[in-house]
Amino acid sequence: MIELINFVLLGLLVITAIAAIRLHDLFAVTIMFGIYSLLAAAVFIVLDAVDVAFTEAAVGVGISTILMLATIGLVGRKEKPPSHRPLLPLVVVIVTGAALVYGTFDMPPFGARDAPVQQHVAPRYLGQSPQEIGIPNAVTAVLASYRGYDTLGELTVIFTAGIGVLALLGFRRRRNRLADSPEEET
Amino acid sequence: MEVLALYNYWVVIFLMMTGFYVVIASGNLVKKIIGINLFQASVFILYISMGKVSGGSAPILREAVQTYSNPLPHVLILTAIVVGVATTALGLALVVRIKEAYGTAEEDDIHRQDESL
Amino acid sequence: MKDNPVLRVVTKITIPIILLFAMYVQFHGDYGPGGGFQAGVIFAAAFILYGLVFGTSAVRRVVSPGILRLLTALGLLLFAGVGILTMLLGGDYLDYNTLGQDPLHGQHLGIFLVELGVGITVAAVMITVFLAFAGRRD
Repeated sequence: MIELINFVLLGLLVITAIAAIRLHDLFAVTIMFGIYSLLAAAVFIVLDAVDVAFTEAAVGVGISTILMLATIGLVGRKEKPPSHRPLLPLVVVIVTGAALVYGTFDMPPFGARDAPVQQHVAPRYLGQSPQEIGIPNAVTAVLASYRGYDTLGELTVIFTAGIGVLALLGFRRRRNRLADSPEEET
Repeated sequence: MEVLALYNYWVVIFLMMTGFYVVIASGNLVKKIIGINLFQASVFILYISMGKVSGGSAPILREAVQTYSNPLPHVLILTAIVVGVATTALGLALVVRIKEAYGTAEEDDIHRQDESL
Repeated sequence: MKDNPVLRVVTKITIPIILLFAMYVQFHGDYGPGGGFQAGVIFAAAFILYGLVFGTSAVRRVVSPGILRLLTALGLLLFAGVGILTMLLGGDYLDYNTLGQDPLHGQHLGIFLVELGVGITVAAVMITVFLAFAGRRD
């Protein structure tokens, strides 16, 4: 049953991705991206990643889609039809895809319990977390305590992005485009 | 059968290549950024598929469960999702400023304006 | 959009529920899915909904840009400050064992403070980015 759900969701993802290539109205492409993120969140739930599904649904469908819609409102929603022939990008994409598929032949089968990624660190975290930290959510325990430095770095990245957007756009639009004033009123 | 066990990964690789194609083949800057986000989302699916243990459950420790899926890729991808939205926000802010400076968000027109200066 | 009575009324009803849910996700991140990032984004989503329906000047009246800049820095300062605090109490940087009377209590307190910092900064940055994009009309 789970395999059937997985299969259907991945099929819908493929359809949405191909639609995002073929459409030229940026509004429709953004909505396709929102649908893609929501289907990815559903795939994450099927793959037991509930925290990741939560974050992808909130961030991918909520914030990313809103920002893209705001940008399209400022930039314009029509895409010019491509002037170059798509032969070279297609060749590059097919070669890269073939190389990656060749690489997957060395991978352990999907869901295997003795895969190398399931050894070493993960059993230690799952086993020792009740004694050392004592909270049920293992992902929060790893995120906030075992790998706290990474979370600090991630928070700094978000902070920097916020400051960057403020530096680029400011809080208000420029009042007079001809007056050439570099200072934005915030 | 060995091939069916890798089916998940191949579909994800196809999705990655779709996003990659959108980035390199479209001229509009906003569509390029949407392509980068498509690529990122499919990479996340790849990593989470690698962490799944068949018969396991979500990594929230409870009494009745024996096997859990690996929490380490979850943490990695959580960080990656949030960093991705941060870079998307910055990229879109840059596109807005480019549009105000050049009057267009199409790559070819921007190159033409730069070369004719 | 504020001329539409259905949107106005439904928004005013659902925004408190969204804020409450954001706080639930923040503080129950230890026991179920959730945590700082998700809670911050949901908290910002309530303000973004308010801004979409009532306009960005209404959001700016509720939370001024100065407060937003303060909150952005405050969350990161809280996270880094917890690390400095643990160093002052004798452990390594971000070693939560030193924060309470025994390691388990220390870990609980450390994770609580750290997730709070994450939630504050993420919410403030998301609202900031939305106001920056939406306030820039042609």
